Amino acid sequence: MQTMRVLHLRVNGDRRDIAAPDHWTLLEVLRYSLGLTGSKQGCDKGDCGACTVLVDGQPVLSCITLAALSEGREITTIEGLMPAHVAAGGQGADPVQEAFDRCGALQCGFCQPGMMLSARALLNENPSPSPCEIKDALAGNLCRCTGYTQIVQAVELVVAEAAGTEPASPAWAPGENPWKKAPAKKGGDA
Amino acid sequence: MAARDQHGVGPPWPAGFDVVGQPGRKVDGLAKATGTAIYADDIVLPGMLHVKFLRSPKAHARIRSIDTSKAEALDGVRAVLVGSELPIRYGVIPWTPDENALAVDKVRFIGDEVAAVAALDEDTANAAVKLIEVEYEDLHAFLDPHDALERGEPQIHESSPDKPEKRSRGNISKHVELSFGEVDASFDQADEVIEGEYFFHGSTHTAIEPHCAVARYDADGLLTLWSSTQITHYVQRALASVLELPQARIRVIQPCLGGAFGGKSDPFALEFVVAKLAMKTGRPVKCLWTREEVFYAHRGRHPMHMHYRTGAMKNGRLTAVDARILIDGGAYSSFGLVTTYYSGQLLTGPYDFPSYRFDSTRVFTNKPPCGPKRGHGSVQPRFAFEVQLDQMAEHLDLDPIEIRRVNFQGEDTHTVNGQRVTSNGFMSCLDAVESASDWKARRGKLPRGHGLGVAGSMYISGTNYPVYPNKLPQAGIQLKVDRSGLVTVFTGGNDIGQGSNTVCQMIVAEELGMDPGDVRVVMADTDLCPVDLGAYSSRVTFMVGNATIDACRKLRHQIVDAVAVAWEVDAARVVMGGGSVRDTEDGSRLISVQEAFHLAEERHDTLGATGSYNTPELGGDYRGGTIGASPAYSFTAHVVEAHVNEETGRITVDNCWIAHDCGRAINPMLVAGQIEGSAYMGIAEALMEDHDVNRFGLHAGPSLLDYRIPTSIDTPELHALIIESLDPEGPYGAKEAGEGPLHPSIPAISNAVFDAVGIRLTHLPMTPASVLAALADRPTNGKASV
Repeated sequence: MQTMRVLHLRVNGDRRDIAAPDHWTLLEVLRYSLGLTGSKQGCDKGDCGACTVLVDGQPVLSCITLAALSEGREITTIEGLMPAHVAAGGQGADPVQEAFDRCGALQCGFCQPGMMLSARALLNENPSPSPCEIKDALAGNLCRCTGYTQIVQAVELVVAEAAGTEPASPAWAPGENPWKKAPAKKGGDA
Repeated sequence: MAARDQHGVGPPWPAGFDVVGQPGRKVDGLAKATGTAIYADDIVLPGMLHVKFLRSPKAHARIRSIDTSKAEALDGVRAVLVGSELPIRYGVIPWTPDENALAVDKVRFIGDEVAAVAALDEDTANAAVKLIEVEYEDLHAFLDPHDALERGEPQIHESSPDKPEKRSRGNISKHVELSFGEVDASFDQADEVIEGEYFFHGSTHTAIEPHCAVARYDADGLLTLWSSTQITHYVQRALASVLELPQARIRVIQPCLGGAFGGKSDPFALEFVVAKLAMKTGRPVKCLWTREEVFYAHRGRHPMHMHYRTGAMKNGRLTAVDARILIDGGAYSSFGLVTTYYSGQLLTGPYDFPSYRFDSTRVFTNKPPCGPKRGHGSVQPRFAFEVQLDQMAEHLDLDPIEIRRVNFQGEDTHTVNGQRVTSNGFMSCLDAVESASDWKARRGKLPRGHGLGVAGSMYISGTNYPVYPNKLPQAGIQLKVDRSGLVTVFTGGNDIGQGSNTVCQMIVAEELGMDPGDVRVVMADTDLCPVDLGAYSSRVTFMVGNATIDACRKLRHQIVDAVAVAWEVDAARVVMGGGSVRDTEDGSRLISVQEAFHLAEERHDTLGATGSYNTPELGGDYRGGTIGASPAYSFTAHVVEAHVNEETGRITVDNCWIAHDCGRAINPMLVAGQIEGSAYMGIAEALMEDHDVNRFGLHAGPSLLDYRIPTSIDTPELHALIIESLDPEGPYGAKEAGEGPLHPSIPAISNAVFDAVGIRLTHLPMTPASVLAALADRPTNGKASV
């Protein structure tokens, strides 16, 4: 028989008491017990970073973190970013999520929840990172679609907009800078 | 070609493009960004069982017996499945069905599926797998393709009484020999002939999402499969055959897909196994492969041993190219028939070959099966040829870009092997990378250890050869119009992250003058969507795009007609755009698209339209002449800036300029994403990745740590430059962008290394060891080969 343990977690601001097998990882508890499937399993051994969540604000590989070690901790998954942004008076998705969408950084999207949480953790600590610091902070998250170019551009866009400066124009847009102004969201004002 | 398949390169309305050409957001971007997008492993059904596989520990062996009794007796196990319960063979190419979902009589590589267990959870299934007892009888394991070519026995795929001709083929999977023009005479005329050996190693896709499938078998006999596949239609066909169910009783759905790159094109064992186990147990069944299993399932880049000979005149004009290629296929056929053809057929552009011959042989070996990886079959020959072309430029004392210009084949032409080329922007690609890299001022003049290299390529935008022969459309689209003003597009096309659903959405918005937010896309569900042949061969934008325009124009005709009748004006005066419908000659007449939909529904009944696309008759008039025939070709040129550390042998790519002719860039941001992702993947396999097995047939490192794919720090600066040579048959002139831009990355690095330190790297991957060996062998005049 499996030994079960009752865990007291704070997930995306909610207090959750969960009984889970002793050997379960944080990723298993998030995906299987709480149905928070935004955190992805790409390798299950800490190599790819798709399972990255924030534990007390720090990016952590949830697939190699025992759930028991998260007892009493504050956990943020990708599902938590937009509600936190809205609760803080913002509109819509977190600026990181918005920028990833605007810059085309989401191709298959599978690695991106972890990638965006790594980016969010970086920006919380350093609101104006250099491109090198951005690449460094994201180096634990493997992406196979993008070649990272549009991902780094997305984080740079968040930085530029927060600072009120103009983001760099990408090589593929020799004319007008496509990110100079935030485009209207699809569906008008909805 | 049916007239309906040509829609012109211009905008649908006189005011010009409104949506097309804009870097619009993806239709599913925010769902992916916020974590609400559902991938196969996110699906949970009530009472669902979990499956684990038993895999072969032997590279080549006969199965003497399988005893599953202990596994079946384990608490929590609900069913065990073995090969004899799924005896019908399958294979994505209908001529080469040589796979069973679970081994029937023998295993052909370490990792071959032998048995499967369905249990209440994965832990129980794993424990049960360990209790299955299999007795094997070892057979000679072929791990070297030369060995497999020379030794016909034991056959990896044995002949049978109904196919005795297989006996004489030994372990050859496919052999193609084709010759065009006077090859030998053309070599005799050449001023210079270069000859050499090249090797391209294996590499694999490593989509970050592992393969996953979920099946449910309902009491009414309907089987539903959710699978991380990039070709829903072929999976449906294969399931029907293997499970002996009518196709109409099988529904295959592709949920959101976490990357594929060709690695989710074949029907895979887990799809048949979850389906069969759902039928056997009456419960939903899921299987998620581990990362290690994905490495063994493979279907990635074929290793190729290549011998090339090229002749040219003093001015650089090619006279003849002759290739002999040995292809290491791994344990099964997969797409191998096509790979073997592609290894020769896709080299005949963007340069004019006056004569050409190739002789390609694919052999079976006892390794994870190879298949299609981004740039299927043509990345390896492209590497060899573009390096050899650079060697030719060196011998003739020509600039490497100039020798490529001299041989440009032109547009509206035919290749030496009979393929029709329409639009061709290769010269603009060369100009763009030459200028962006400051080639003229820097090539050959950079500090010691630094260099620039160039390479070019051509790739297909879909193929007119459907995987199973038929005359039906390759792409179908259905539009549903709602009274709310919403249009829903139903497409069988598979959006695997490349953004094909966004292409559909943008085209509908453009054609009907709508806000893209009022267009929704339903995709890749065989119950709901018209058939489409799926995401492979870079066919989706071209074919699905044309089918979408076709459907929209039929619908638009009804809408414009109804509005014109209501307004009592000529239909030519009615235009749609910006969310409204207006009269070009009377500004007071303006209604919303929604109101126009109502007028059209009153006049024409419930609104909707279908559209389709099929290729024209194409290809050379010889056996295999249609393989590699495409309605349009994309063209690419790269310049790579690399530096070589002569102490450590390490190559670093600093910059990669990629100019890609994709025809009309329907969404330039998504095109750039494809260009950057392709170049990244090419550079990665050239310098870092190696998909290989050891002397026992065991994978050298089946994890994302040992199989080194680049991180954000390892990836060079990628500069995507978009070239638009509008294609007469593409949707608004569009071609492909997802595979072509990978090809030149690899030879361009080798050519940059030559510029940097004077060594020719002809064998991949370019490891520090191979660089150091070549540097040690470098003669005093600074030239060497490895």
